[in-house]
Amino acid sequence: MNPAENTGVPATPGTALQAANGRQATPGQTIGPFFGYALPFAHGGDMAPTGHPDTITIHGAVHDGAGQPVPDALLEFWQAGHDGSLTGNPGSLHRDGHTFTGFGRVPTGPDGHWVLRTLPPAVPAGAPHIAVAVFARGLLHRLFTRIYLPGNARANAADPLLRGLDPARRATLVAHAESDRVFRFDVRLQGDGETVFLEHR
Amino acid sequence: MAAASDIANGPDTSDTDTDTDPDPTARRPGGSDAAEATQLEIFREIQAFHADAAKRRADGTPASSDPELDFPPYRSSVLRHPHRPAVTAPEAFVELAGPVFGDADVSELDADLTHQHIGEPLGERIIVTGRVLDRAGRPVRGQLVEIWQANAAGRYAHRRDRHPAPLDPNFTGAGRCLTDSEGRYRFVTIKPGAYPWRNHRNAWRPAHIHFSFFGTAFTQRLVTQMYFPRDPLFPLDPIYNSITDEDARGRLVAAYDHDRTTAEWALGYNWDVVLDGPAATRLEQDQH
Repeated sequence: MNPAENTGVPATPGTALQAANGRQATPGQTIGPFFGYALPFAHGGDMAPTGHPDTITIHGAVHDGAGQPVPDALLEFWQAGHDGSLTGNPGSLHRDGHTFTGFGRVPTGPDGHWVLRTLPPAVPAGAPHIAVAVFARGLLHRLFTRIYLPGNARANAADPLLRGLDPARRATLVAHAESDRVFRFDVRLQGDGETVFLEHR
Repeated sequence: MAAASDIANGPDTSDTDTDTDPDPTARRPGGSDAAEATQLEIFREIQAFHADAAKRRADGTPASSDPELDFPPYRSSVLRHPHRPAVTAPEAFVELAGPVFGDADVSELDADLTHQHIGEPLGERIIVTGRVLDRAGRPVRGQLVEIWQANAAGRYAHRRDRHPAPLDPNFTGAGRCLTDSEGRYRFVTIKPGAYPWRNHRNAWRPAHIHFSFFGTAFTQRLVTQMYFPRDPLFPLDPIYNSITDEDARGRLVAAYDHDRTTAEWALGYNWDVVLDGPAATRLEQDQH
């Protein structure tokens, strides 16, 4: 796009800088405190079709380095469906109650808590997991992590990411079973029990 | 929380957030009681941090586009950044795909923030547009872009924003759209005002619009802020300056673009965005 192609009015320095930098990445910035009226949507955490018999609940809290709950975080979830499909479906923002889109978005409450109702993830190979992105006021760039489920012990033991971590660190990525279909997964941004965060190159 | 369909229904009054958190954003006029540092002290902290980063780059550390997660001039980051470095994911089947959105998610009306209420909002009407590209320069097509912002007076339609500037009954300040076949997004909105916050004494954020982008892969997920050219508050702002590389900071600044300006109606700004992270490797992207 040449901004000067129509009128011949020269572009501002901002445009020149963009052109000179070619394809260098656009930096992130914090989500700030005021996303609550813009990003969360109704049933954002209800990824499973309504009443689906295989529905599992995963819940937890986000804590800061002082162990305090983080009431202004936003978590996003992306996963394969029951069949291992990663193509996803539109419709997350206006859930119709039966389409599995693979995407969920949940703000933490005043106590730092969040709840997700979804289907157990499947993957074509390796240990099933849910990809997570964490955003918060005070967090200058999103963090990536993963939720693995404890029922898949053999696959988890062979997973290349989990295998490379010492046991204490590994444990931060595996949800804790509270019952057959309810799991706890806490996110600790800093300090003791700090969650393993990921980068993708 | 506001439902997606509630964007047009006005300022959020249903938010259940409490004020138990000693939140630096809970602003009051002249609020110097909770914030210790002066702007000059913050400015010097930023300068010292940037000087260290420049020295590291001179010693061979590659320049980074990312903000520093541990950036003490932004006080809220102190307890909210990991101490340990990120672990490189050895494989990423799941993250190399990502959510998809479509007409089921977004209505055309969502992209015009000046027509969400009965009357015209106050302030300077603007058009903000640009292309979303991956690192290889390929357009990201049909993907979701979301924005939220303060009104012309510098006030968010959010229950926790206590800045004593007027709410505008005709402006909520949230919008969304899908990128077109060239990866282009386009919003009509109002130029947001600068506003005070309580990071330090007499702290003011440069005017900005919050943006959220999805790529073809979850690895490319980006939430950031777009700024306006030549803002005098740039050198003073800890959030903008958490990116230590000057060129990278410049990539958050939109360009005034006279060819996007519409006669007798609105000023135009262009802001192109490049999503970092590996893109989806699936062929579908080229079959759209």
